[in-house]
Amino acid sequence: MTNNEKLFNSGILTKDKQETLLPPQELWENRKNGLVVIECPQQIPCNPCHDSCPTGAILPFENIIDTPRIDYEKCTGCARCVARCPGLACFVVDLTWGEEDEALMKLPHEMLPLPDKGDEVACLNRMGEEVHRGKVINVTEPWKDCTRVVHVSVPRDMVMEIRAVKVV
Amino acid sequence: MKRTDILVVGGGPAGLSAAIEAASLGADVVLMDSDLKLGGQLIKQTHKFFGSRTEFAGTRGFEIADILFDEVEKYKQEGKLEVFSNTTVTGYYKEDGIVSYTIGEETYDLMKPQKIVMATGAQEKRIAFYNNDLPGVYGAGAVQTLMNVYGIPPGKKVLMIGAGNIGLIVSYQLMQAGVKVAGIVEAMPKIGGYWVHAAKVRRLGVPIYLQHTITEALGEKVIEGATIQEIDNSFNLVGEPMKIDCDTICMAIGLTPTCELLWSAGCEMKFVPQLCGYVARRDAMMRTSHPDIWVAGDAAGIEEASAAMVEGRIAGLAAAASLKPEGCQMLRERSADYLKRLEHLRAGDTGAKIRSGLEQVCCECWG
Amino acid sequence: MTRKMIKDHPILNFEHEKKKVVKFTFDGREMEGVEGEPIAAALHSNGVQIYRITPKQERTRGFFCAIGKCSSCFMVVNGVPNVRTCVTPLEAGMKVETQTGMGILKPEE
Repeated sequence: MTNNEKLFNSGILTKDKQETLLPPQELWENRKNGLVVIECPQQIPCNPCHDSCPTGAILPFENIIDTPRIDYEKCTGCARCVARCPGLACFVVDLTWGEEDEALMKLPHEMLPLPDKGDEVACLNRMGEEVHRGKVINVTEPWKDCTRVVHVSVPRDMVMEIRAVKVV
Repeated sequence: MKRTDILVVGGGPAGLSAAIEAASLGADVVLMDSDLKLGGQLIKQTHKFFGSRTEFAGTRGFEIADILFDEVEKYKQEGKLEVFSNTTVTGYYKEDGIVSYTIGEETYDLMKPQKIVMATGAQEKRIAFYNNDLPGVYGAGAVQTLMNVYGIPPGKKVLMIGAGNIGLIVSYQLMQAGVKVAGIVEAMPKIGGYWVHAAKVRRLGVPIYLQHTITEALGEKVIEGATIQEIDNSFNLVGEPMKIDCDTICMAIGLTPTCELLWSAGCEMKFVPQLCGYVARRDAMMRTSHPDIWVAGDAAGIEEASAAMVEGRIAGLAAAASLKPEGCQMLRERSADYLKRLEHLRAGDTGAKIRSGLEQVCCECWG
Repeated sequence: MTRKMIKDHPILNFEHEKKKVVKFTFDGREMEGVEGEPIAAALHSNGVQIYRITPKQERTRGFFCAIGKCSSCFMVVNGVPNVRTCVTPLEAGMKVETQTGMGILKPEE
């Protein structure tokens, strides 16, 4: 088994698989409010992401075990899917936000302590390692069901690395 | 002696669904559950469920339980459904179809139902390692009960054994309860549960030790730590043992169906590895080889709560239909939708194991 | 000793303050627990993990399955042995004792 396979087998999305899940670059660079990245590489019977999307950007599932398909033109970065996904597999990345080397990420959060707007938080990569300290720009709770969406500023080159925040 | 149309044994997602379905079709139903609270394992699930809208996808497990409880209450008020909690069904006497049960530790009584749905769920498997009997080694479901039902921390630092859905989900829930997770140990070269469940805990810093096993629990009177070690593709120990600091070891290596009453009833049983133990042979409507007994949920084969709820519906429907003269027609019509839902839930790669297990126990009909 | 409880949780609201707390004894020591919740839950929140000692090898046993199926949690409650403390509700004034060995059922006076 290759190292990549080993990593994937324990829940880490390897670079080769990440590449297949990226939004189209030009659209991504220009879409204000960001586009969704859905990291759900396995076929499991699950489709509430589609039901939660107000614009139809997450396409209807022909078969409930399909992996999600996205019409990025329709995505408005609202992050309702981020808070709905039972697997916490949706993330919104806004490349238009902030300075040239910055971006805004909208990440699902269901742990205590809850971050507050204005807090500085540790930004963790897929292995839980702290790779950045970022500022919390906003915290929302789209479905009022205890799943928060944390809007945090991150370096642009880390948007495919950072996947969680932790209050420090 | 107490009599009823349908006795449902077990008040988890399958049993609740069976009782509600049968009561909705006009049957008099008695539901008995051995725990203090109804809902089985469903009431402890704080994570959002998968599946589709009809399986309440995106809704937390304990909220799905509330939806089922509301329906139970409705039929209780109408006098169609009687619920006994803290009540263990202790025997089924096949000579005369009599069921014995105890309420708490004191009361013992008998009853005669016309039909029975066995929704008795499952229990944790064990693996052998030195000191595996010490206090501090708990089943994953038990840990969930302490922290999610009674709000009591199970320990300070947990080592999780097993990376199936239960091991992965309970690890996440432990962290939500403020408990540290030292790591998750998995014997196979990949996790058994959904990839997204693993990703959720990995990004919070929980290591998953693939191809590892626990060799020893440390401690004299209670758990004080553990040693784990790598294993090769033939499950032989390799390398050096590694000490893990923990005060709780959580067993999530798998469940096995709880089938004692089915054995007592003389149902045809078969050992099916893919369904995780002995299960009753059954037809598509969940009827066992005994003409008055149906089975549903984990007792019919270890699967998910979503499937348990649909199987419960089918079993409740079939049991109720068997009491009506025009039952066959009703069964055919109403079951079509339920069968389709099960098909969807069991599609794809993640459903392969279940499908191959079911092939070994399902028969077209009993004739 | 203050009972161990999860005070804050991101999803669940335990409302500990609304629960009815009663006194009971464990091996003669007075403790508090929630009426109607399993005896094992009360013991666990009071830091008690050892419930019984096995007959032959004198090993310690405690909580395991929490669904009344494994027999690990048996204790003597109000003089009665082999009580499944994980599914038996706590009552005020209960006398809970560590069970040593098989347990002896005394005939009622």
